[in-house]
Amino acid sequence: MRELSLNVMDVVQNSVSANASLITITVKESDKDDFLDIYIEDNGKGMSEEQVQNVIDPFFTTRTTRKVGLGVPLFKMAAQQTGGSFDIKSQLGVGTTLSAHFIKSSVDMTPLGDINSTVKILIQCNPTLDFVFSHSTDLGEFVLDTRELRQILGEDVPLDTLDVLEWIDGFLKEQSNIIYGGAKI
Amino acid sequence: MKSLAELQAIRDKAKLELNMRKENPNAIRVLVGMATCGIAAGARPVLNAFTEEVAKRNLQDVTITQTGCIGICQFEPVVEIEIPGEDKVTYVKMTPEKVAKVVNDHIVNRNVVTEYTIGAYK
Repeated sequence: MRELSLNVMDVVQNSVSANASLITITVKESDKDDFLDIYIEDNGKGMSEEQVQNVIDPFFTTRTTRKVGLGVPLFKMAAQQTGGSFDIKSQLGVGTTLSAHFIKSSVDMTPLGDINSTVKILIQCNPTLDFVFSHSTDLGEFVLDTRELRQILGEDVPLDTLDVLEWIDGFLKEQSNIIYGGAKI
Repeated sequence: MKSLAELQAIRDKAKLELNMRKENPNAIRVLVGMATCGIAAGARPVLNAFTEEVAKRNLQDVTITQTGCIGICQFEPVVEIEIPGEDKVTYVKMTPEKVAKVVNDHIVNRNVVTEYTIGAYK
């Protein structure tokens, strides 16, 4: 993958398939301390210990149409090639948490890329699920919680209404500009 | 700044338009392949381009959503367009640049853009 944000879009699909209703995506990065962490947490059906072992294996997939599943292995590889680490914790019936730790200054660091676009598309394509996205840098932090948006929009106006998506897009852009110090990204 | 008050205004406006959309059985579906293969091949900008084009033209009866891997990874990004009462059309090796033509010719004017379809590549 060319951007970590694409890995995020890909592995969140696993949370969707696990029937999660709430998916939390957290990006924490610091130039000062030279790291970028990505956490993806869901309240889906979870995995047994054996399944957790399997999911890091590229030749394991729950799908029946083909024999490979590359989402998690690619994400893990991206983290480990920077000298970072990767971990999955899961409990049946409770949910799954995926943590990826990257060393930002590594020459093998994949850029985060357009994470805002990933978040927007996830909301657009899964309008009945809730997402909490938070992003922090040395300069600050912001949070987008679709449960708050839903409260304002009410039951009749879905999150994938074009005007709502445009608002989400604008909100994410503005907030990232602030935490990236106003630089064009 | 994007404020929550602005979102309230969007809600009020959307409520008016929504009734039309909900009861429309003729909604057109645009399905973008977004499994690992599709994403790696560049499906995200394609989906964004569809959303932008549909918003720009204010097409109310079009839904854009994702689908999984349909087994033709070598042709990704793949986009399927379903118009009720018509055969499903599969576009392959899509790019954001091709999107405007597909929306204009196929979705609005109902002329399939044959040169972008899977038939033209096979």
